[in-house]
Amino acid sequence: MRRIILTLLVTLVITACATATVKTDYDHVLLGLLQSDFISKGPTKVERILKQDEVQKLCSAEHLNLSDATKLSMQNEQLKTVKFPSDGKYLGDWENGEKIAQNGRGLQSSDQIGAVNGGNCYACHQITKTEVSYGNIGPSLYNYIKSHGKDEKIFRNTWAKIYNSQAFTACSSMPRFGHSGILDEKQIKDVMALLLDPESPVNK
Amino acid sequence: MKCISKYIFALLVLHISTYTLAQSSSTDEIAKYRELLADGNPAEFWEVRGEELWKKKITPNNVSLEQCDLGKGSGVVKGAYVELPRYFSDVDKVMDLEQRLIQCRTMIQGLTYEQATAVPHGSAGKPSDIEALVAYITAESKGMKMAVSIKHPKEKDAYELGKKFFYYRAGSHDFACATCHSKDDQRIRLQQLSNLVNKTDAQKTYTTWPAYRVSQGEVRTMQHRIIDCTRQQRFPEPRYASDIVTSLIMFMAKNAEGGVYSAPALKR
Repeated sequence: MRRIILTLLVTLVITACATATVKTDYDHVLLGLLQSDFISKGPTKVERILKQDEVQKLCSAEHLNLSDATKLSMQNEQLKTVKFPSDGKYLGDWENGEKIAQNGRGLQSSDQIGAVNGGNCYACHQITKTEVSYGNIGPSLYNYIKSHGKDEKIFRNTWAKIYNSQAFTACSSMPRFGHSGILDEKQIKDVMALLLDPESPVNK
Repeated sequence: MKCISKYIFALLVLHISTYTLAQSSSTDEIAKYRELLADGNPAEFWEVRGEELWKKKITPNNVSLEQCDLGKGSGVVKGAYVELPRYFSDVDKVMDLEQRLIQCRTMIQGLTYEQATAVPHGSAGKPSDIEALVAYITAESKGMKMAVSIKHPKEKDAYELGKKFFYYRAGSHDFACATCHSKDDQRIRLQQLSNLVNKTDAQKTYTTWPAYRVSQGEVRTMQHRIIDCTRQQRFPEPRYASDIVTSLIMFMAKNAEGGVYSAPALKR
């Protein structure tokens, strides 16, 4: 009797494995296609798109039904990556911040290696009142101080959000500007000033 | 001539509108501008040249593309595009229109792969035969309903791979196609983004490619469009007429099922 059960079990396992191998592993095939069909060009590298980090992997699912626990743990892990300004000063030059917010270039296959990257903030956000060509993927940042405040906590959180958006919203559409090396520390300070300097047109 | 003066007038209208109109009304203006040009789309010049190229016998094999099977039998152009991409048994592969054209130009007409893909994207003084052929062939499906099949296992594979790629986040900016194209009414700056997983929106978008692009002065194909998307996505560049792009086109074409085809269209 025991032998029969054992045989049955073994058969079941084998069948299960066989069915599993018959089903196409599209993730695997996709990786092969990415490798064969893409060419590194300018600052873009095929190796980089082949290797997804944890955030990219988890956020690539067709329907994002991640559990709250998974989201929370992702956010906490990402928050750990945030490097706050080395000299403790959060605000740079808002005028330069505006230029960074306007600049949509950088890290495209058509861009030069080592060129200054933009933040392209206007692609998704309303920021100043004078720029009417803005996108709507992210929330409006106009009147930032009025709507958010300007205490230490706001400074820290705004910095962290720009540095690594995934620290606050798992699978956010926003790039991780600091973490992914899109903007450097000085540039993030300038963008911070655009949002949080009382003299910036954002707050006028 | 009447067509050209109308064209210049429309450009002028657009030019003025960019300065004087704000947020909400500028998309309406672009729609008006499109309407103004609808009966004088410069893509017609590409269609005419494409038809000539299709029927022209060329060396070394001295045959025309009229022997090319786009899926509905040798030389059948009418309605071919609304069923592409599709599985072709002679090559045991799913191909989109551009891949199939390359196949015919090499296998039937005897061109080398390099010759057949010499100028995939044309520029001033350097026209693309592919863009002309694509304009002609797609125009022959005008008014027909999108009807791509995913019945063959390889068609199903292409669709599933295209879908996987659509949601695949990677690169410096963590972007997937889905980041910008899976929600309704999203905008980058003033540019409306189509929601390619919403049937109505997918139909509207898919059935209006290829298009004559005013900003480039050329007819651009779907392969070209996707290659430029991946550039903005901060991905490396797909090879021209690659399987990954065909898979994505398959996913989009299937999502657009039932949409009435109306390209070559006219876009900014």
